[in-house]
Formats: sequence, structure tokens, C-alpha cells
Amino acid sequence: MSTAPTMNTNVLEVRGLSARIAGQEVVHDVGFEVPASGVTAVLGRNGVGKTSTLRAILGLIERTGEVLLDGRRVDGERTERIVRRGVGYVPEDRDVFAGLTVAENLRLAERTGPHGTTPERRRLVDGLFPDLVRRAQQRAGTLSGGQQQMVSLARALLNDNRLLLVDEPTKGLAPRIVDDVAGALAAAARTVPILLVEQNLKVIERLAERVVVIDAGRVVHTGPAPELLGDPDLIQRLLGVHADGVEPPGADPATTAVGHQKGGAR
Amino acid sequence: MSTLILLLVTGVGLGGLYFLVASGLSLIYGLMGILNFAHGSFLTLGAFAGLAAASAVGQDTWGGLALGLVVGAVTGAAAAAVTELGLIRPLYERHIEQVLVTVGLALASVALFEGIWGPNPRTVRRTEWLTRTTEFLGARIPNTAFLNILAAALVLGVIVAFLKYTRYGLIIRAGVENRAMVTALGIDVRTAFTLVFAVGGAAAGLGGVLATQSLNYVSPHMGASLLIFAFIVTVIGGMGSLPGAAVASVVVAVLQQLANYFLANTGDFIVVLLLALVLLVRPSGLMGRRAA
Ligand SMILES: Nc1ncnc2c1ncn2[C@@H]1O[C@H](COP(=O)(O)OP(=O)(O)OP(=O)(O)O)[C@@H](O)[C@H]1O
Ligand SMILES: [Mg+2]
Repeated sequence: MSTAPTMNTNVLEVRGLSARIAGQEVVHDVGFEVPASGVTAVLGRNGVGKTSTLRAILGLIERTGEVLLDGRRVDGERTERIVRRGVGYVPEDRDVFAGLTVAENLRLAERTGPHGTTPERRRLVDGLFPDLVRRAQQRAGTLSGGQQQMVSLARALLNDNRLLLVDEPTKGLAPRIVDDVAGALAAAARTVPILLVEQNLKVIERLAERVVVIDAGRVVHTGPAPELLGDPDLIQRLLGVHADGVEPPGADPATTAVGHQKGGAR
Repeated sequence: MSTLILLLVTGVGLGGLYFLVASGLSLIYGLMGILNFAHGSFLTLGAFAGLAAASAVGQDTWGGLALGLVVGAVTGAAAAAVTELGLIRPLYERHIEQVLVTVGLALASVALFEGIWGPNPRTVRRTEWLTRTTEFLGARIPNTAFLNILAAALVLGVIVAFLKYTRYGLIIRAGVENRAMVTALGIDVRTAFTLVFAVGGAAAGLGGVLATQSLNYVSPHMGASLLIFAFIVTVIGGMGSLPGAAVASVVVAVLQQLANYFLANTGDFIVVLLLALVLLVRPSGLMGRRAA
């Protein structure tokens, strides 16, 4: 543990990653590292390629470049293989299976193998999301957005993953639910490193140790989270928003969302 | 009145045959997005293999029929699984090529069947009971109709239970909704592909043997003719919806029977009209979740 080679201090390394959607390159030569603990946040305006970067890491879209999980190249592998190496994915629009019950959604996510489901993990999930235990037999499509996000998080947390990829978990949720989700993520982060795409600067301030800022498909800034959050000019330049509400308590959470102007892109 | 009863019950029986073909088409399309034109070939092959096995015991015995049904289903499943593994899987995610391969297989297999068994229909021998009728609410119903209804109901029950209570059923239901997310949960969805082909092929092979009992012959072309109506049923029911396929099978077959009797043999025409109507008014079909 004490003298681990540098290679092993990062759970994920991405080098020269490019990705295409429908023949068009949307991620260009992206590189960054995710240390083996804590939360690394990915920020950027709408449509800059944050989601595509996560999808490229998982092989869900066509990509070139290197992806190393625990120092091992996985970029040639199929998505399910990479996931079974211990990568949990919480996608942008939750992607719960609407026609399946909550219990079925969770059962489907349970994995066997070295990074699979354990009794401790099941207890963690039941403890974090008591609502889901009560709603086990409800069809996931009839859940509220916040509850669906809990299902999506629970699916990833059920397994003893090496890393979680979490994409805008607070998107479209009411402020109180945003707090719940952030709380669940904080608890999760104590057990597994997280690469978190997030627009809400308050959530980033609460959770993230490091940030990676993406613009137009490229990494334009990496560094400790406080360094970025404490520099309104840098935020303005990289994200195009004012940093109001990051520090002062009681600020309207809506004003802290990055890239509001294109919020309805989807 | 008795005529109406006769048409309704034989219609439901014919619907049972349609369902045995349409169920597989629907599962395969729902999960994989492939229109499987080779599905009729699984039916024809199942019919010939089933009858060959039945002949060993006696085509006109219950034992022969039972053996024929089992062998027909197993043959259909095996042919479908081999097709998926050998021709469909290598073209993973290339839907147009995959469909073209099934078209090619359908054409080539009919030619092959003709080469082996000759182009003309061959009469089959049936157990005595299946050649008779049973009086039901004043109508004299051919017993084959009851056999078809029973078999289709059983297959529907088995498939529903499989989808509801097994892990692979869960994977298939989830995959029909969002295949990429299933792989993102660490599941190799390709195994489920082979499985839906096999299940669909088994139902088709079973349907092939049953069809020989209703038609009283076996022919290299029987798969292709049933496939056309099964496709129509699948579209009307909603591509990928199993309950939709079940309901549409009965609706289409009953309508066909009624029109053939009351409207001067216009059954096929009426069915195509219904198809056009559904496509215009409700393009996703009776129970389709979304437009395909
Ligand atoms: N299915 C698709 N077809 C075509 N283009 C797409 C598709 N999905 C994404 N894109 C394009 O790829 C680029 C990157 O999109 P991506 O979803 O990765 O951005 P993002 O940073 O996650 O945005 P947001 O903050 O809105 O979630 C965008 O320009 C988008 O228009
Ligand atoms: Mg996104």
C-alpha cells in the first residue's frame, strides 16, 4: 500500500481519447486521470462532450485512444467486459427500465464475480434508499425523477465496483432532492472513487476534490476543485457563468447551474 | 349462428398458428431490431423433421404426433440458434445486412427443401380423431382447431412465464427497452439474442408440425405463406409486443375467416386493408410502445 507504483494511484487513466457519434468526432484527444479515492468532477457547458467522454470510456460509442483501468488497457474490450472489471455507470437520463419493477431493475444489475454484488453492498443500498425497499414492486416508469435517479444510483452501488461513472445525477431535480442525491453520492464516495459529471457548482463544492473542465470536446483545465471554485474569473472564462451562489449560503441553487442558456438542448 | 361459431373457433385456431410464428418474430424484432425473413424456413424444416420422426412411430398415432411435435420444436430451435450464431452474430449491429442475410437464407432454404423433398405438397396421415369434427354450440368444429388453440395457449403461457420468472427473461424484457443499458450493467446481451432465436424457432417448428395437421399436407412453401400473415400480425400487434402479437393473431385470423365466408373470399384483402388502417391510424401497432 505505502509504496504503490504511481500507476496504481489512479484507478482510471484516459489518454488521447477521441470519440465519434454518427461519423462526427465529438471528443478530441481527451486525457485525464481519476485517483483511486474521492470524487473527480467533469464540468463544461452544454454539448461539449462530457456524456460522450463517459460513453467512450465504456465503449458505448466508437472511440480511439487509451483507457486504463487499474493500469490495465481496457479500450479494446466490449462494454459488458469493462463493466465487469468493476465500473458502475449511472447514465445522464437515468435509463431505468420503465417496464420493470424497482426490484427487477436492481436484480438485473446484480453481478457475480470479483467486483460483483455483496451482502454489504446490498445493505448499503437498502440503507441509502429506504424508499426503494418500500417501492420494490412498483414499475420504475411510474417513479418520480428523483426516485428513478435513486434506482439508477442503486444499480451501480449494488456491486463492489472499482469506479463509478456518474452523469449529471442532479439534472432536473428539485433542490431538496438534489441534496438527497448529493448526500447519497457523498456516502458512496466513501466506498468507491467517482468520476462525476455535474453542472451544479454547489454539488461540486460539496463533493469534488478535483475538477476536469471540458470545452468543445477537449480538456481545457484540470486541478483541485477549490482552486477553480475560488476563482470567479476562471469559472466565467471556462464555464460562462458567474460563480454566484457557490459561497454564500441560501443562494438560489438555480443560478449555480452551468450553461443554463442551453439547458433545453435535449 | 352455428356458421358464425364455426368461423370464430376455426379463426381462433388459425390465429393460434399465426401466433406460433409471430411470437418469435416479435421477440426477435423487439430485442434485436431484426425482421427475420428466415423464420418461415424454421417452420418448414420443423414440419418435415417432425413428420419424419412421426413416421418412425406411425404418423396416424398419438405417439407419432407427440414425437413429431417435440422433434419439430427441437429442430426449429436448433436451426434458429445455428442461424443466429453463424449468420446474424458475425454481423453484429449491422441491421440491414442482417435482414438481407435472413432474406437470402429464406430463398436458399426453400430451394434446398424443394431439392430434398420435391416441390409439391405431400399428404400426411393423421390420427383418426384429428380428421373428425366435434359439435360445439351447434357447430361442427374440426378437431385440429382445438389442437392449435391448445398448443398456442400453452406456448403463450410458457413464453410469458419464461419472460417473467427467469433471469434471461428479465434480460430480454430489459433489452427490448434499452439494449445499450443492459450491456452497461455488465450483461452480454448476445446470449439473449441466441436464446430468443431458439425460443422463436421452437415455436415456429411446433407450428410447422401443427400446420401439417390442419392443412393435411406438408410442403416446402408452407413456411413462406404462414410467414406473410405472421408479419402482418406482428406489425398490427405492435412490433416487439408479445401480448400484441397474441391479440392480433386472433383478430387477423377471425377477420380473415369471416371475410372469406361472408364477403366472397376477400379474407386476405381485408387483412391487408386492416394492416393499412393500423399503419395509418396507429403506426406503432395495437400494443407497440413506440413507433419502430
Ligand atoms: N445521438 C447523437 N447524434 C448526434 N449527435 C450527438 C448525439 N449525441 C450527442 N451528440 C453531439 O455530441 C456532442 C457532445 O454531446 P454530449 O452529450 O457528450 O455533451 P454533454 O457535454 O454531455 O452535454 P450536456 O451538458 O447537454 O449533457 C454535442 O454536440 C451533441 O450535439
Ligand atoms: Mg451530457
